[in-house]
Amino acid sequence: MTGDVLIDVQNLSIGFKGRSGKLLPVLRNIDLGVRRGETVGIVGESGSGKSTLALAMMGYLKHGLRVISGQSLFGGNDLLAMPARELQRIRGGKIALIPQNSGQSLSPNLRVGAQLAESLALHGKVAPSAFPQRVTELLQQVRLPDPAAIASRYPHELSGGQQQRVAIAMALAGDPEALLLDEPTTGLDVTTQAHILELLSDIAARYSKAMVYVSHDLGAIARVCSRVVVMYAGEIILDGGAATVLTNPGHPYARGLLASIPRLANPSLPLALEGRPPPPGGVGPGCSFVERCAIAEAACRAERPGLQPLLAGGRVRCRLPERAGSIPTRRDGKPGSASGSFGEPLVRLSNLAISYARQSLVDQLLGRKPQGVPTVDRVDIDIRQGEVVGLVGESGSGKSTILKAIAGLVAPAGGEITYDRSGALPATVEHRRPEQLRDIQLIFQNPDESLNPRHTIEQILAQPLQLYFGLSGDALRERSIGILERVRLGAHYLDRLPSQLSGGEKQRVAIARAFAAEPKLVLCDEVTSALDVSVQAAVLDLLDQLRRDSGTTYIFVSHDLAVVRALSDRVAVLYQGRLCEIGPAAAVYSRPCHPYTEALMGAVLEPEPGARPVLMAEDIMELSPPPKGCPFQRRCHRKVGPICESTTPPQQDAGAGHVIHCHMPIEDLASAQIVRTWDNAGPPHVQ
Amino acid sequence: MLRIFIRRLLLGIATVAIVSGIIFAAVEALPGDACTAILQRDASGERLVNCRRELGLDRPAVTRFVEWASGAVRGDLGISAHNNKPIALLVGDRLKNTLLLAGCSLALGIPLALFLGVLTGLRRDKASDLALSTIAIFAMTIPEFVTATVLIFVFSIWLGWVPGIVTASASSPLSAFFPGIALPVIVLTMVMTAHIMRTVRSSVIDVMNSDYVQMATLKGVPYRQIVLRHALPNALLPAINVIALTVGWLLGGVVVVEKVFNYPGLGHYMIDAISDRDLPVVQAIALIVATAYVGVNLAADLLAMAFNPRLRTLKARSP
Repeated sequence: MTGDVLIDVQNLSIGFKGRSGKLLPVLRNIDLGVRRGETVGIVGESGSGKSTLALAMMGYLKHGLRVISGQSLFGGNDLLAMPARELQRIRGGKIALIPQNSGQSLSPNLRVGAQLAESLALHGKVAPSAFPQRVTELLQQVRLPDPAAIASRYPHELSGGQQQRVAIAMALAGDPEALLLDEPTTGLDVTTQAHILELLSDIAARYSKAMVYVSHDLGAIARVCSRVVVMYAGEIILDGGAATVLTNPGHPYARGLLASIPRLANPSLPLALEGRPPPPGGVGPGCSFVERCAIAEAACRAERPGLQPLLAGGRVRCRLPERAGSIPTRRDGKPGSASGSFGEPLVRLSNLAISYARQSLVDQLLGRKPQGVPTVDRVDIDIRQGEVVGLVGESGSGKSTILKAIAGLVAPAGGEITYDRSGALPATVEHRRPEQLRDIQLIFQNPDESLNPRHTIEQILAQPLQLYFGLSGDALRERSIGILERVRLGAHYLDRLPSQLSGGEKQRVAIARAFAAEPKLVLCDEVTSALDVSVQAAVLDLLDQLRRDSGTTYIFVSHDLAVVRALSDRVAVLYQGRLCEIGPAAAVYSRPCHPYTEALMGAVLEPEPGARPVLMAEDIMELSPPPKGCPFQRRCHRKVGPICESTTPPQQDAGAGHVIHCHMPIEDLASAQIVRTWDNAGPPHVQ
Repeated sequence: MLRIFIRRLLLGIATVAIVSGIIFAAVEALPGDACTAILQRDASGERLVNCRRELGLDRPAVTRFVEWASGAVRGDLGISAHNNKPIALLVGDRLKNTLLLAGCSLALGIPLALFLGVLTGLRRDKASDLALSTIAIFAMTIPEFVTATVLIFVFSIWLGWVPGIVTASASSPLSAFFPGIALPVIVLTMVMTAHIMRTVRSSVIDVMNSDYVQMATLKGVPYRQIVLRHALPNALLPAINVIALTVGWLLGGVVVVEKVFNYPGLGHYMIDAISDRDLPVVQAIALIVATAYVGVNLAADLLAMAFNPRLRTLKARSP
C-alpha cells in the first residue's frame, strides 16, 4: 500500500566549518526516498548524522551547518532552497516533526490547548470556531484521558508520556502527509514507551502517511518500521527490509551493532564493537568503517565503496557484503552471571526506609517528624560476597536512592544497613570509618558530571590512591598506570582531561577511580545509560572481567532489563520504592511472577522483526507511593481485591530464593505467564 | 498565589526589621554619637553629659532602638544632628530628587536595554550585534565619573547645549531640575542599559536555540510569531531580576554621579552626612536604601511568578 515517493533526499552532503576553516561533513552523499504509506527507520549511534538528516528532510539546518551538495525534495520541491514563507506552509502542514524531548519542545509559557490551536490556525484546515472541538479530538486521538483538562494545562504539569502524546497530537494537528519522528520514545519509561510506540504504529497503519523514524534503539525501530536504514559516520551504509536488517544484515557494522545489544532472552554478555567512529572530516579515502571492520582488506582503505543494490533487495555500502555474513550477530555461551555459590552476606538491607520529605522550619522548631509516605520502604535484600545483584524498575522506583543510602549519601529514615561482620553501617559518610568508605565505591551514570573537568586523569586517579593508601611519587604513578591498564586504557591517558576522552573512555576512568580504592562493594548507578550500545557492551564486558578478577560484589542499577540480565546473578524488581520480586536472574526473567515484573518484561522491545510488546499495566503517572497496601495497586492488571489496598503483600517463596510480594496465591502467580507475540498483524492486545 | 504573596511580604518585612537592627548596632559601635557631632571640640565633661541627657542618649541602646524603630514605622526618622531639622523632611526632599533621577533613567534605559538586548540576541554574531555588544562593554567598564566628565566637556562646555551641573537646591520643585538632569540621566542610562542588555542578549540566544523554538519553527510558525509568542515571554524572565537590582542601585542614590553633577539626591546627602558625622541621618538613609532593595526584589519575584507558569503552578503535578 505504498505510493509515490514523497520525501526524496538526493546526494545530500551537509557540513560545518571546523576550526581550521575546512568544511567538515556530518552527512555525506545521502540518497534516500520515502514513499507514502511507508515507515522507514533510521538507525545509528550518536554522531552518525541521523538527526541532521531528519531535520534536513524538513529543510532545517542547525546553527552552523550548511549544505555542501545535493537536495532535500518534498513532493518534488527542494526544501533547502525554498523561501521562508513557502517553507512555513509545508512544515507542520505537509510534514510534521515529533521531537525527542517533548518536555523541552513544548513552549513552557503556553498552555497545551493554545499550542495545539496555534498549529490548527497556521495550517488553516479547520475554521477558528471549531478549534476547541478539534483540540479535544486531537488529544483524544492520542489517547489522553480527560482532554479538556489536559488542554488547559501547561506542559510542565504533564508527565513525560503525556507530553509525548501532546507532541504527537500537535504533529497531527496540521494533518500532514509525512511524519518525522526523532527519537520519540527515548528517555521514557519502558511501559510508557511501549504504549507510545503502539499508538505510533497504529497511526502509521491507519493514516497511510510517509513516516521516518529516527532512533538509536533497534527495539523501537523493529516495532514500527518496515524498512530500516543504518547510518554510520554520516553515511547510509545499509538500507533494507526490517526483517533482513534486524536478523541478517549485509554490512559488518550493522552485524556488530546487533551483536552489541543485550537481549532479554539471552543471559550472555553482548559482544563489544571495539574502536569508535571517525569524527567529522576524519574519514580517510576508503570505507568509513574500515578501522573497526573485521573483514577489511587493503582495497577497502583505498576507495570509498558506493551504495550498491543487493540481490535480495536493499542497498549496502560495502565491498564485501557476501563475506559480512561470517560476523556473528549475537553471542551465545559465556554467561555474564557467574551462577554458583557465593560467600557470606556482605551487605544486608533490613527493612530499609528512606524519606526525602524535608522538615519545614516550623516542624524543626517543634521537633515534629516529616510527614508523608517514605520514598523507599520495607526493602530487605541480602547481598552476598562476590555476587551481582541487579535492581530494576522505572523512574521513581527508588533504585538509585537505595544505592545512595548504601553509599552514605542519604540517611535512612528507618531500618538498617549492616556491612560485613562489622554490624550496622553508620548512616552517612561523615560517621563512617575510612576503611568502610574505601570498601564501598559508587560509579555514577554520567561521567561528564562525575569527573572533574579541570582534573587530569592522573589527578582523578590519584585521589583515592593518596587518600586510602597514602601513595605518592613513582609508586602513585605506577599504580595509576596499572589501574588504567585494568580498564583497558593506557598510560598515555594520564595527562589528558576528561573532555579529551570519548563517553566510553570517560566511564572507564570513572570505573578505574572506583577500583583504585580496591573496594569490596561497587555500586553501579545506570553506568551504561549515557553510552551508545556498542560502547555499552564494552563497558559491561569490562565490569564483568573486573569482578571475575577481583571477586568484587556489585549492586547494579539500571532501567534497562536486558542490561541487568547480562550482568546480574540475582535481580530485585522495585516499584515506587518497594520490593515486588527478588530472585535468581534466570528465575525472574524466565518466569516473572509479580504482576509488575510481568508488565515490565512485557513492555520491553526486543530488536526482533515482528516483536510485539504486551501491554498490561496502564501507563498512568504515579506521584507518590500509596500509603498502605501493595505499591502497584493502582496500575495492577491482576488485582485481587480490597486487600491490595489495605494490607502489605506477604512475601511468598517460589523456591530457590525467589520471593514475590503479592497477595495472589503463589500457584496462580506462577501459572500466569506473559506470552510474547511475534506476529505481524493486529493491534497488541491489552489484557 | 495569595498565600505565596503574603508569605513573601512577611519575609520582606522581617528582612527589613533585621537589617534595621544591624544598621542601628553598626552606628552604635562607631566611636562618637550625635552629641560629639553637635558639640564637636567642646564634646567633653558636663556639656557632653548634659547633651546626652537632653537627647536621651544616656538611656540603654535597646530602649533607643525600639524608640527609633517605632518612630521610623510612623515616618519619624529623628532629628538631624547637623541642623536640628526633622530628618524625614530633609531626606524626603532628597528622596524625591533621587526618584526623579531614577525614574527618568529607568524610563529611558529599560525600553532601550530590552530593545537592544533582543535585537543583538536575534542578530547574534552579525555586524550590528558585534558593534552594539562592543559599545555595551565599553559603557559598562568605563567608570561613571569618566563618562560624566567627558559628557560635561562636550555638551556643556564645548557645545553649550545643557548645563554641566545642577544648581537647584534640594527643596526646589522638580521642574527646576530640567534641563540640568539630562547629562546625569544619560550617564546612568549608559551604565544600566549595558548590564540589562547583555543579560537579555544571552537569554534571547539561549531561548532561540531551545528545543521549543526549533519545534515552533518546524511546526511552521512565522518568525515574528516565534519571537513574540514563544521566545520573548521566556527570554525576558531573567531580565526581571537584573532590572530589580538596577532599580535598587538607582534608588540607593548613585553617589558618584550625584556628586559629579552636584545633584541633590540621597547619595549626595549620605556623603555629606558622613562627613558631618550626622549619624541619625546616615542611619535613616541606610534604612531607606535597605527597604528599597527589599521592596524591589519582592516586586521582581512576584513579577517573575506572574510571568512564569512554572513558578506559579503547583510543582506537585509534575513528577
